[in-house]
Amino acid sequence: MSQTAPLLVARDVSKTFGARKALDGVSVTVGAGEMVALIGPSGSGKSTLLRSISGLQTIDPGKGEIEVFGRAVQKNGRLAGDVRRTRGGLGMIFQQFNLVGRLTLFTNVMLGALGRLNPAVALLGWWPGAEKNKAMAALHRVGVSDYAGQRANTLSGGQQQRGAIARAILQGAKAILADEPVASLDPVSARRVMDLLVELNSRDGLGVIVTLHQVDYAIRYCRRVIALKAGKVVYDGPASELNRERLIDIYGPEIEEAFWEGGAPA
Amino acid sequence: MSQAAAIDAVPAPPSRPLSARVFDLLLWGGLALALWASFERAGVSGLPDLFRGSESAGQLAGALLDPDFSRLPFLLGKMLETLQIALWGTFLAVFFAVPLGLLASRNITPWYIQRPIRMVLDLLRSAPDLVIGLIFVIIVGLGPLPGVLALTVNTGGVLAKLFSEAVESIDKGPVEGVRATGAGKLHEIVWGVLPQVAPLWTSFALYRFESNARAATVLGIIGAGGIGQALIESFNSFQFREVSTIAIIVVVTVSLIDLLSQVMRKRLL
Repeated sequence: MSQTAPLLVARDVSKTFGARKALDGVSVTVGAGEMVALIGPSGSGKSTLLRSISGLQTIDPGKGEIEVFGRAVQKNGRLAGDVRRTRGGLGMIFQQFNLVGRLTLFTNVMLGALGRLNPAVALLGWWPGAEKNKAMAALHRVGVSDYAGQRANTLSGGQQQRGAIARAILQGAKAILADEPVASLDPVSARRVMDLLVELNSRDGLGVIVTLHQVDYAIRYCRRVIALKAGKVVYDGPASELNRERLIDIYGPEIEEAFWEGGAPA
Repeated sequence: MSQAAAIDAVPAPPSRPLSARVFDLLLWGGLALALWASFERAGVSGLPDLFRGSESAGQLAGALLDPDFSRLPFLLGKMLETLQIALWGTFLAVFFAVPLGLLASRNITPWYIQRPIRMVLDLLRSAPDLVIGLIFVIIVGLGPLPGVLALTVNTGGVLAKLFSEAVESIDKGPVEGVRATGAGKLHEIVWGVLPQVAPLWTSFALYRFESNARAATVLGIIGAGGIGQALIESFNSFQFREVSTIAIIVVVTVSLIDLLSQVMRKRLL
């Protein structure tokens, strides 16, 4: 894998659910260390695109293809045979955290190491000491190491989401795909999670693609914004150039509702 | 205007459609007909005999009220044997039900494997353990082993079905979370699926142990060891006082196990 290979190359990606086209010929390229926000109204296809990048979802057969760090994830509607290795390099953050509720926060973070451990040993949960220390370091870094021994489902949303980020850190991911990571959080937790993503991007050089429902968050935290509308890319450029006119074009006249904390730009 | 009309016209009370009423008539009429037709065949016409009493009934009643505890240690040993049969039968059933249950779950197994497995499970469940027990008595001879095997087959079928239903109702989010780390299918199951179903599975297994303790008693009657065998032997040699002792032992033991397992299951969920 070459260092200069872009995080994502998506070419002419379409995805149809029944009669509805969730993605309609989307082509996007994201550089290795970029931090990009994917925005758009509900049902615009931003989550579908993100899930297709990690191969959690197959795209329509045809000429569409998705490459991550120079390696094919899917092509012609089929996942690549080595998709698991590619997934290992992508840390995925979900709106509903997707931690295993009955396992401790610590064990959930350890699951990030599954891809690189001896499969039999990992099946039994005999984590090597060095990996355990790395997991604790990751939990400490995101500020929830005090809860390591608690079951994930006893923790608050913000704590769980930070645990999920720790899992991505332990995974040694080269990029983070975050699917509405703050949509289920209170504003304080949401800012901490976004700050962590920015820190992973600027300090560790991880690429970040984050879908956001809140346009103000996209503008505040990401330099580049890609907007989808009805499965098509309708804006791809600097966050600073997202003016009111463009936002009305994306969201329609009710753009105020797409803002969480601040008002829409004039 | 139209609103005023809507207020004026009070709609008629809802009535059941004719088809539903015909269906009811057929259902209850059919049940009544079936009961009437089975009256003689099921011997219900002989019901008054229950109260007429007979010499043997009086003898039995007297013996039941005067249990013979002289062979108590032996009988308790037999009761223990029955529980051990139930324990091994349930254990082996769980052992087979775990993989079968996973293979029978629509959300993790492709349909061309899942459907046939489901059919096999239905077959296993439909055979009464008494019949399976008799077959195993023929194969491996009298003793506790046919009892264990009969419980394994029947309970295995039941538990695998229950296990798979638990798996089908899990939250797929955590499984995707595990998958997204680059984990393999087996890791997804062990770390994403099993933690979610573990409490329910344990509860089902405990419940089946409970009912197997009862079933193992009955299995003894066809020669599959344990307290049931002692029961039928005492009964056939007219040792009604010992039959009474055995009945007391079984009722007390099974109630205790029910109680214990209920407490354990409550703590699990």
